[in-house]
Amino acid sequence: MIINHPILGPRDAAEFVYLGDAALINRPDGMTASVETFHDYLYLRDNPAGEHRELWYHEQGDRSWLVVTRNTVTHEITKVELARDVARAQGRSK
Amino acid sequence: MAEIKLKPLTALGHDLPVTEALGPWTLTERFDVALASLAPRRGRLDEVRAAAARAGIPMSAPARAELGATFGAFWMTPDMWMVEAPFATHEDIRPALLAVFGDAASITEQTDAWVRFDLAGPELERLMERLSNFDLAPAPEGAATRTVIEHMGCYLIKRSAQAITLYGPRSSARSLHHALTVAAASLA
Amino acid sequence: MTQVNRIAGGQIDRSQTLRFTFDGIPYQGHPGDTLASALLANGVRLMGRSFKYHRPRGVIAAGSEEPNALVELRTGARLEPNTRATVVELWDGLVANSQNRWPSLRFDALAINDRFNSFFTAGFYYKTFMWPAAFWEKVYEPIIRRAAGLGSLSHLEDPDAYDKGFLHCDLLVIGAGPAGLMAALTAGRAGLRVILADEDYALGGRLNAETFEVGGQAGSDWAAGVVAEVSALPNVRVMRRTTVYGAFDHGIYGAVERVSDHLAEPLPGKVRQTAWKIYSRRAILAGGATERPIAFENNDRPGVMLAGALRAYANRWGVAAGQRVAVFTNNDDGLRSATDLQAKGVDVVAVIDSREGGELLPGIRHLRGAEVVDSQGRLGLTGITVRDARGRTEVIRVDALGVSGGWNPNVNLLSHHRSHPTWREDIAAFVPGTGGPVGLVAVGAAAGAFSTHAALASAARAAAQVVSDLGGKASYDLPQAEDAPVAISPLWFVHSGKGRAWIDPQNDVTIKDVKLAHQENMISVEHLKRYTTLGMATDQGKTGNVIGLAVMAELTGRSIPETGTTVYRPPYTPVALGALAGRSRGKEFKPFRLTPSHKWAEEQGAVFVEVGMWLRTQWVPRQGETEWRQSVDREVLATRKSVGICDVTTLGKIDIQGTDAAAFLDRVYANTFSTLPVGRCRYGLMLREDGMVYDDGTTARMGPNEFVMTTTTANAVLVYRNLEFARQVLWPDMDVQIISTTEAWAQYSVAGPNARKLLQKIVDQDISDAAFPYMGAGEITVGGLRARLFRISFSGELAYEIAVPTRYGDALIRALVEAGREWDAVVYGTEALGVMRVEKGHVAGNELNGTSTALNMGLGKMVSRKKDAIGVKLSGREVLVAEDGLRLVGVKPVNPAHPLTAGSHLLKIGATPVVEHDDGWLTSMVYSPHLGHHIALAYLKNGAARIGERMRAVNLLARTDIEVDIVSPHFIDPEGERLRG
Repeated sequence: MIINHPILGPRDAAEFVYLGDAALINRPDGMTASVETFHDYLYLRDNPAGEHRELWYHEQGDRSWLVVTRNTVTHEITKVELARDVARAQGRSK
Repeated sequence: MAEIKLKPLTALGHDLPVTEALGPWTLTERFDVALASLAPRRGRLDEVRAAAARAGIPMSAPARAELGATFGAFWMTPDMWMVEAPFATHEDIRPALLAVFGDAASITEQTDAWVRFDLAGPELERLMERLSNFDLAPAPEGAATRTVIEHMGCYLIKRSAQAITLYGPRSSARSLHHALTVAAASLA
Repeated sequence: MTQVNRIAGGQIDRSQTLRFTFDGIPYQGHPGDTLASALLANGVRLMGRSFKYHRPRGVIAAGSEEPNALVELRTGARLEPNTRATVVELWDGLVANSQNRWPSLRFDALAINDRFNSFFTAGFYYKTFMWPAAFWEKVYEPIIRRAAGLGSLSHLEDPDAYDKGFLHCDLLVIGAGPAGLMAALTAGRAGLRVILADEDYALGGRLNAETFEVGGQAGSDWAAGVVAEVSALPNVRVMRRTTVYGAFDHGIYGAVERVSDHLAEPLPGKVRQTAWKIYSRRAILAGGATERPIAFENNDRPGVMLAGALRAYANRWGVAAGQRVAVFTNNDDGLRSATDLQAKGVDVVAVIDSREGGELLPGIRHLRGAEVVDSQGRLGLTGITVRDARGRTEVIRVDALGVSGGWNPNVNLLSHHRSHPTWREDIAAFVPGTGGPVGLVAVGAAAGAFSTHAALASAARAAAQVVSDLGGKASYDLPQAEDAPVAISPLWFVHSGKGRAWIDPQNDVTIKDVKLAHQENMISVEHLKRYTTLGMATDQGKTGNVIGLAVMAELTGRSIPETGTTVYRPPYTPVALGALAGRSRGKEFKPFRLTPSHKWAEEQGAVFVEVGMWLRTQWVPRQGETEWRQSVDREVLATRKSVGICDVTTLGKIDIQGTDAAAFLDRVYANTFSTLPVGRCRYGLMLREDGMVYDDGTTARMGPNEFVMTTTTANAVLVYRNLEFARQVLWPDMDVQIISTTEAWAQYSVAGPNARKLLQKIVDQDISDAAFPYMGAGEITVGGLRARLFRISFSGELAYEIAVPTRYGDALIRALVEAGREWDAVVYGTEALGVMRVEKGHVAGNELNGTSTALNMGLGKMVSRKKDAIGVKLSGREVLVAEDGLRLVGVKPVNPAHPLTAGSHLLKIGATPVVEHDDGWLTSMVYSPHLGHHIALAYLKNGAARIGERMRAVNLLARTDIEVDIVSPHFIDPEGERLRG
């Protein structure tokens, strides 16, 4: 597969490490969230046949974490974003 | 002060850098370039750019390397550059950069983390296509990328049509050297 | 008399003669020959024995689709079984042998299987060898493998090297027949970066096997002209002997270039084959078509071939496959074979044309409405039985028969992403369907454009479209070429006789087997394939598959498109595993990482151990030490008694800076780091989000906003990845910058009562306890050279870790050893390191096993609940904080003479050794030379409350059962007085 890196352009997926569902961005706050909330965050995943947003790490590249929108049926990749941009847009800060 | 004087060795274990011929190409282990990573602290990029410009440190565009009068640099990540400088003037590079950037940037000594091989000769893409998935031939001068060579994460910089620099993990210097020599032999 | 079947013409170099042997018999051929063409030229038709029935077999095809002529090529370590004789380029001195026969090809004892053929039908193995199950592995399978099978392996290591590489192009053209050449020419002239790859050594595809003209010259000459032109273009790369074997996602193709397969052995330094990964923006499949036979009784005799192969051997290689030849066809292309052969002077005794009516070929006995119903000949064809339109049968004496049942477009690559081909009634063939790999289009015969004109036109059009899609402009002139229509009346098999008619000669699958599959309801093509083995092995059914499913279609009353095809998968043709492995073999499997003391350790004769990619010193034997324990015990005792030095460079080191660095560490470590003063270090525990311990290490604060983290050797890369995740994704606005410095510093542990004295000789600063207390960290100098010192201990002794820039690491180990002479300093390796950490009760990899919590390790108090850190929340789950859960304990044998066995389970005295009684297990076991007996760390249920209990350590695999005492995991200096000294 080829991942069209938002900064570096097309790169071989072999340079990346796959993590999984981009929902992992939304880590609950450890001081306020319940164990149940953390459990759901960590263990519950959708497994769609079709469009899927997922986290990839360019370990053998510029070390950016990316959010890749990929069709799990066709492998078509329709969108690639820097995960830090996505995280900030979702309200994550520090 | 202890009366001890430690003597450095190159990554390949030589006292002095060695240049060797690999078919039509030459390979030189460089032992005269200091390295440090330069990462602007959050919100201080402009400050760092201004200081760098004053000091003659090029902060290259993404996926690019640049050479200045004394300093060179290549882009590593969206918020980090690797600065190169000659041993002759900047063997102890970190204090020199701290003097330029103060607390506006995080600076980490990297000289010894890498082995540097300079390769020169015609049609280097013939050699590199055996080793790296980077499309060297059409890449512009100054292209800089991280790439995998026989499982080793390396930085590859295209200095010119007939010269490239490879920075590989220092501990794997022998393995990287071996990969380059056998690939060259299969093309000779 | 040699080369009895050699005739005039062909693209062989008659000025040179090449000698070769087959089954030990010497023959001659010429450059340009394949092994198959040279054998045929020498009158050799019998080339092998069939898979199950051991029937005599000869060559059928002239290309990579060959199912029959499989030979063992070369000898010794280079012996390669199951090599298709049709793709082996002849070289001088070539040695080939037939396979799957004993004692000889002409007399094969197992040909008896053919007599019992009714037992060996589809599903035979499944049904016959089902019971008892235990017999399968030991009895049935070895027997079957010996009897039924292909060639044998050399069982020697492959002496050749293989390479891999990466190529990039705008357009990949797969196949260099007329269509591929036209596509490459059109795109190449327009300036695209083009790769043109073909499996053959001669480019031109069928043009080399045909007599017709292209652009007013011989087709092969036109091909040579185009090859010359595109080869001269700097933007076109022409790759002969290169098979594109698979289509992968996003324009990536796999290809194997047979660099040296046409030589007896590779030239010095050269590789045998190169596996290329090709990155393309677009690709054109010009893979041509493969002829298929018509099945009839006993159609597998040597001499029965594809009609197109007969004329290829005549036209390209100057070989007549026989002295008296007939052609059996259901289409006009078969007639072309007959006329080509006749033009070459071959005696074409009959053309058996299954179609009724129509014009008759001039000057040839052309039987319309006729079929071949049987054949004769034991080791080779001697005659065929023909039934004419009126039902009369006649035996015609021939020694070669060309059969043409039509042509199948080579759609394989287009189907590698599960796209199913579609059926075209007018040409009676499957053509590419929709939904193939994005960016790949088929042209020419691969797309069902069978005439040369149609092939050229479709290729030029497709290439021009690619040029235009990529922003360029292309123009082309089509050369004049034949444009004969496809004229075919499908006939798949001859309805006659009770004997066997082969559809897949390689797997010995006959029409009867398909009927049996149908009878047993294996009617899906995928079931049919697996039940009968139709289309498996080296040829993947390139010639036979369509007949098999046509037979199934007839049996089920469905149409061929309703019956469908099986899914094509990579590779298109067999790929050697060596090519896929490339350089990653033996000691080159992965690169090594060498420590800064490696050179010195090599000089000392140290024993090394692989730790990930690192080579670490395991122990350093001294003269007279013959057994590893002698060395390790000495290293441990000397360190505890005086001082020892160990290379600990491999531990991961990560430089963490930024105004939020301290806050960041509080998030990624379970314990607190923001309170750590500058110039001190602290042991840190890192959890996974699920609450299990992930990694541990010491992190030092070098400045207010500057830390150096250490990780375990094994997890260095993974921890770094997680830190980037935390920094970029979880808390993207934190001011934190990180970079690995593992390789930048040569770091040595100096441990033991004399450690300070030794180091004081080396470093420039005062390192007394007052100036450099326990857990101190700081920048120092060594003879003026910048260095770092950390007062940390993994052994329980007074210990430091000293770091210098790696290029000085070799000098530093020598300096430390020299400075330590007056205290008999030793250099110790990973074994002694392990012994001392177990003696001290430090957890390491065996305890950090991914299923253990800090509480399990006795480190529960380290987990701070006053802040949010990764893993803290879920580490508090009820089940993970049970009072009686596993706890780290120490274990020692009651009788000091008894050794412990790693992995032993802890049981109460008297309990039977079953899972229900399992109370825990020994995680790490060593012999402690300090204590004089074995010791172990263990996880024990409710362990903290069971110190002092007597138990048993049972290992059912090692058959050991030892009485042990449960003790504190800190075997030495539990109060830590030594390391604070």
